[in-house]
Amino acid sequence: MSLLELSNVAGGYGPVRVLHDIDLAVDDGHVAVVLGANGAGKTTTLRAISGLISVGGDIVFDGQRITGKGPEAVSRLGIAHVPQGRGTFSDLTVEDNLRIGAINRTGRDVEDDLARWFEIFPRLAERRRQDAGSMSGGEQQMLALARAMMARPRLLLLDEPSLGLAPLVTRELFARLGELNREEGLTILVVEQNANLALDIGHWGYVLETGRIAVQGPAQQLHDDEAVRKAYLGF
Amino acid sequence: MQLFIEQVLNGVGNGVVYGSVALALVLIFRTTGVLNFAQGEMALFSTYISWKLTTTGMPVVGAIAISMAIAFIAGAFIERTLIRPMEGRSALNVVIITLGLFLGLNSLAQLVFGTDPQQMPSPFPEGSVSFIGDATIQKETIGLIVVLLLECLGLWILLNRSRLGLKLRAVASNPDSARLHGIRAGSMLMLGWAMSAALGAVAGSLVASERTGFDSSLMQTILVYALAAAALGGFDSIWGAVICGVVVGVADALTIQYVDALDGIEVVLPLALILVVLVVMPNGLFGKRTVERV
Amino acid sequence: MSEHSGAALEPAIGDVPLVIDDTSTGETPSLWPAVPRKVLIARIVIGVVLAAAALYAPFYFEPTMNRVLSQAIYLAIAAMGLNLLTGFNGQVSIGHGAFFGVGAFTSAILIVDHGWTYEPTILVAAVLSAAVGVLVGLPALRVRGLYLALVTLGLAVLFPRIVQKFVDGTGGVALLRPPRSSFASLIDGLADDQWAYLLSLAIMAVLFVLAWNMVRGRIGRSMIAVRDQEIAATTVGVNLAGTKVTTFAISAAYAGVAGSLSVMIDRVADGTNPILYFQRSIEFLVAMVIGGAATILGPAVGALLLVLLRRNTEDLIEGKEVLAPAIFGASLIVIVYVLPEGVVGGVRRLLARLGRPSARPPDTPGADRPPPAPADAPAAPA
Repeated sequence: MSLLELSNVAGGYGPVRVLHDIDLAVDDGHVAVVLGANGAGKTTTLRAISGLISVGGDIVFDGQRITGKGPEAVSRLGIAHVPQGRGTFSDLTVEDNLRIGAINRTGRDVEDDLARWFEIFPRLAERRRQDAGSMSGGEQQMLALARAMMARPRLLLLDEPSLGLAPLVTRELFARLGELNREEGLTILVVEQNANLALDIGHWGYVLETGRIAVQGPAQQLHDDEAVRKAYLGF
Repeated sequence: MQLFIEQVLNGVGNGVVYGSVALALVLIFRTTGVLNFAQGEMALFSTYISWKLTTTGMPVVGAIAISMAIAFIAGAFIERTLIRPMEGRSALNVVIITLGLFLGLNSLAQLVFGTDPQQMPSPFPEGSVSFIGDATIQKETIGLIVVLLLECLGLWILLNRSRLGLKLRAVASNPDSARLHGIRAGSMLMLGWAMSAALGAVAGSLVASERTGFDSSLMQTILVYALAAAALGGFDSIWGAVICGVVVGVADALTIQYVDALDGIEVVLPLALILVVLVVMPNGLFGKRTVERV
Repeated sequence: MSEHSGAALEPAIGDVPLVIDDTSTGETPSLWPAVPRKVLIARIVIGVVLAAAALYAPFYFEPTMNRVLSQAIYLAIAAMGLNLLTGFNGQVSIGHGAFFGVGAFTSAILIVDHGWTYEPTILVAAVLSAAVGVLVGLPALRVRGLYLALVTLGLAVLFPRIVQKFVDGTGGVALLRPPRSSFASLIDGLADDQWAYLLSLAIMAVLFVLAWNMVRGRIGRSMIAVRDQEIAATTVGVNLAGTKVTTFAISAAYAGVAGSLSVMIDRVADGTNPILYFQRSIEFLVAMVIGGAATILGPAVGALLLVLLRRNTEDLIEGKEVLAPAIFGASLIVIVYVLPEGVVGGVRRLLARLGRPSARPPDTPGADRPPPAPADAPAAPA
């Protein structure tokens, strides 16, 4: 069952068309990986889903058409988007950042969630009263992930989470993502250049090239197929 | 010594005025990142509305309250129609717009309400209270101090201890990211302007009531001093704005009294103060140190 | 786009790129030799026509109109000065009225108290203003964006008070009115107002060409580099402090010359009005922005527009003069809306669009633009 489905999505930034006829689906409880070179349209795709840019075509989330809705509305429907650059609220504290994640939730369990994420990422707990902007890239990425999860989303959109991170940190990050998917059934759509790690936790993969889907298939297959790897994934 | 205390009290009296306008300036800046040069004239217009309402026989407190409400709506309206479309464009353009407002509101006020000086009644009792020795402090000043402290407290609680405040701060920090979290950034920006305009209405009305008469030039020098106070405080901190307002007021009063060389150019003092402080502490006395990452 | 932290007022405008060679085309503005031949010829023709019109104007118009045009000229010079500092160098100043005042009073005092002839005072005004510019520019090194704007604002407010304290003018008031004869035409056959206009025009032409050369040359590139990326600029050997202070000085000198010219044209140096120099500062800023910041023609276009706008709003509402600032303010807002890059920026855009056969650029990879600022740097003002 598709939680998210894009059909004939096309558009971009004003007169500059970046996406041409994107058809993409993410099944409930799956991890979909979108790969491609710089400029292929990966980030634009995520921004289209979130409603940060307007596009033609259809985007359906959980049976509901969300094309044309703005980011505020899309977020309330249960989609959490961690943008490229992490979207950190730099002059607010780590704790405030996390609370922002839960800003539209009511109920006592927000505190429980806060405690939980501090447990999963002890470094965030250490720095809870520190300004988020003073943390390292890796820590900010952890924060961004935790902040997104504080909204208890149904779908998590991640834009190049490994960007600027050390290999070990990236590995830990993807391990967590894999856990979240397996143990909680979180549906994830992750855009990456680091194909290897992403495909390892993925179920289905897409390769974007100049705004179109060049190749798609089961993640493991993409990972193993030598021709695909050489042509598109660079390893 | 007596004279000194009197001048200090004098300065505090003025300083509270500067602080209350500085508060509005800092609020808008903290919530929307805009330096609103029209703050003073917006307050002026609201003050005229308060005055006009009192002439109909309405009690002062009620008049000010209604004026605040009108200012609240007007502030939101201005943000939505004039400032918001400039989001993302050059900050200089926004400055021009606030300057355009500055000119426009002032002349509009003159047109609608006339150029004759008017009398704004005070909500506070007449008279003064003795302070130290023979020095006295006006009851009006005490009233203004109390109002200001209440405003600061209220704002502080709102910004730092409430969900709404967190939303406001989130939008000020990173509006795009805030949107991604389901926060209606536009509404928060309007709210920032609205609250700031309401604060300005109170400040202007109370300031006018302290004087024997006011006209359209009421807020012009005050704005400069308020800007000085806000800058001194680093534009970052609510309490900083108020405290620095008092500092500026006191420094000004003492300079007038004791430094003859600066006779006539006392205004050099707050300016020199800002300059010195900023050279030493580029983020103001109360501002946060920015970490500049390359 | 300029991405400094902690400064809501640092301009993100300015089209002039940091180019090492001159092979720019199309969108990148006015690095002259790079423009295709047809456009070049068109520009020269237009330039000649405008120059001829400008030279003929004083003989065609009445003295009152000549005066208005002359006011536009000195306003343009001051706006250009501000443009160098704010548009090209990124240091926002709302205090250039003070430098203008320095220039004005220098000339006025030299004429009234020391019997100088007018013309040499222009040079002294320029030098003195530049010196004050250095005095301001040095501490300005430590102050950024918003705070710099406020400090300069303070200067503009302070200036009339200082004048009031130290200058004794006519009737003990800080107002100087040099006699008409000081500004008599030096050329037979030219009326005083025509002479004033032409002298100002000549000076403006020289200063604008100077600015144009500066911007295209090494100094200009340093200025722009400092504006856009200070830290990166230092790594390529730009002397940060030197560039900033020098730009301040030059910019102040321009404003000072403008002030000096204003004494000839308005025949007064006025220190009695406490907000006059603040208003002047705003005028320069507005002229720069509506004309087009970080362009060469912008300040001139903006100045002309501003003066005509003001004149016409004053004419429009006879009797209700108090409404003039309101209409003026409203017009400013409208203009900033319709032409956010100023007139020159808007015209460029229009020409660029007219020059293209189709509106859509070809599909290119690399068109996928990532979101603006990586949030690792503090995103909001401190």
